[in-house]
Amino acid sequence: MARLGWQSLGFPSGACENFHKRLETGAGDGIFAPFPMVTDNNSTAHAAYDSKIEGNVIVTRVDAAMNWMRKNSMWPMPMGLACCAIEMMASACSRFDLSRFGMEVMRFSPRQADVMIVSGTVTYKMALAVKRVWDQMPEPKWCIAMGACASSGGMYRSYAVLQGIDQLIPVDVYISGCPPRPEALIAGLMKLQDQVAKEPALANQKKEFFEELSS
Amino acid sequence: MSSAHDIEALKGKFGDAVTGTIEFRGEQTICVSLSSLHEVLAHAKNELGYDFLLDVASLDHFGEDPRFEMVYELTTLDDSKHLRVKSKVAEDEKVPSATDLWLGADWHEREVYDMMGIGFTDHPNLKRILMWEGYPFHPLRKDFPLAGRPSEMPDVAFSGVAPLAGGPFVTAPGSADVAKREPRSRAMD
Repeated sequence: MARLGWQSLGFPSGACENFHKRLETGAGDGIFAPFPMVTDNNSTAHAAYDSKIEGNVIVTRVDAAMNWMRKNSMWPMPMGLACCAIEMMASACSRFDLSRFGMEVMRFSPRQADVMIVSGTVTYKMALAVKRVWDQMPEPKWCIAMGACASSGGMYRSYAVLQGIDQLIPVDVYISGCPPRPEALIAGLMKLQDQVAKEPALANQKKEFFEELSS
Repeated sequence: MSSAHDIEALKGKFGDAVTGTIEFRGEQTICVSLSSLHEVLAHAKNELGYDFLLDVASLDHFGEDPRFEMVYELTTLDDSKHLRVKSKVAEDEKVPSATDLWLGADWHEREVYDMMGIGFTDHPNLKRILMWEGYPFHPLRKDFPLAGRPSEMPDVAFSGVAPLAGGPFVTAPGSADVAKREPRSRAMD
């Protein structure tokens, strides 16, 4: 039986107490899911209450469920501007295989993307185009500055280069390197997954609604 | 005919318009006045066989008058000879475009215009090629700092100043050797 770590999926520990009891007593059929499933028809069920259903229900927070779904299917917008983009392509290919962690669906339309990977030197001429693509991405969205140039301008201390993409758009994860190894990019994306798992997703999504209510 | 012979031929034909010649390790350079520059280029192409324009460049002799200098690198398609034509340009002067002789001069001259701010007459499409239209400076001029200057065009583009002091790749004045004056990395404390 494959055993998933509920903590790693972002579920609070209290939510799965019943499940753990079930595991210890050896009850159940070994199939489990975070959402209600069909119960065993052969069991003697109470007319009004099916006691077996407890084993098939996980109690969690909406935030945790939303974050769990978001972080395991991050769709990157590859903003490839220089040599870092080559490493980004390599990390999506078979040798490094980004898809092991649920981040392989590169979207070349910003309207379908979750995370923008700014990989390469951002010149002033390109800067507002990057910003425009970023503005076209729907919320919730995250940004990764990949490599020295995107993070700080790198070795290009000159009139032509923006000294870090964080001067224009908010950056969640910085990845060092010139260029970073594909493993570094994957590590950065996994760091971002950890961050997404901790976000107050519902509060963020309904922020304007809550503000309207309170005013 | 070698390029040394061609220089003699140009001297004979254009006389006073030739302001000087330079020979350095087999490289032949001829300096001409701006007013006869286009004629010299046309003669070099049509009569002397320099049918290929390798490059157009410009120099900024900041503090001298005239301030700028155009540099044309000519060669033949079979690479048998090479000629460099130079011409001084004052700040208020414009250079006749060489696009009617070599179409390849188009983007080279746009780059000279963009980076050095030298104007051209009869150019088919004289606009900036690297920086954006409306950028107020010419970055390769000697009086333009490497760090850049702030500029702002709402909704189009902007530029800022890059922090240079104490960073790597920055030359410090002094008589120390180059490795000490321009370190690959510098301690940031």
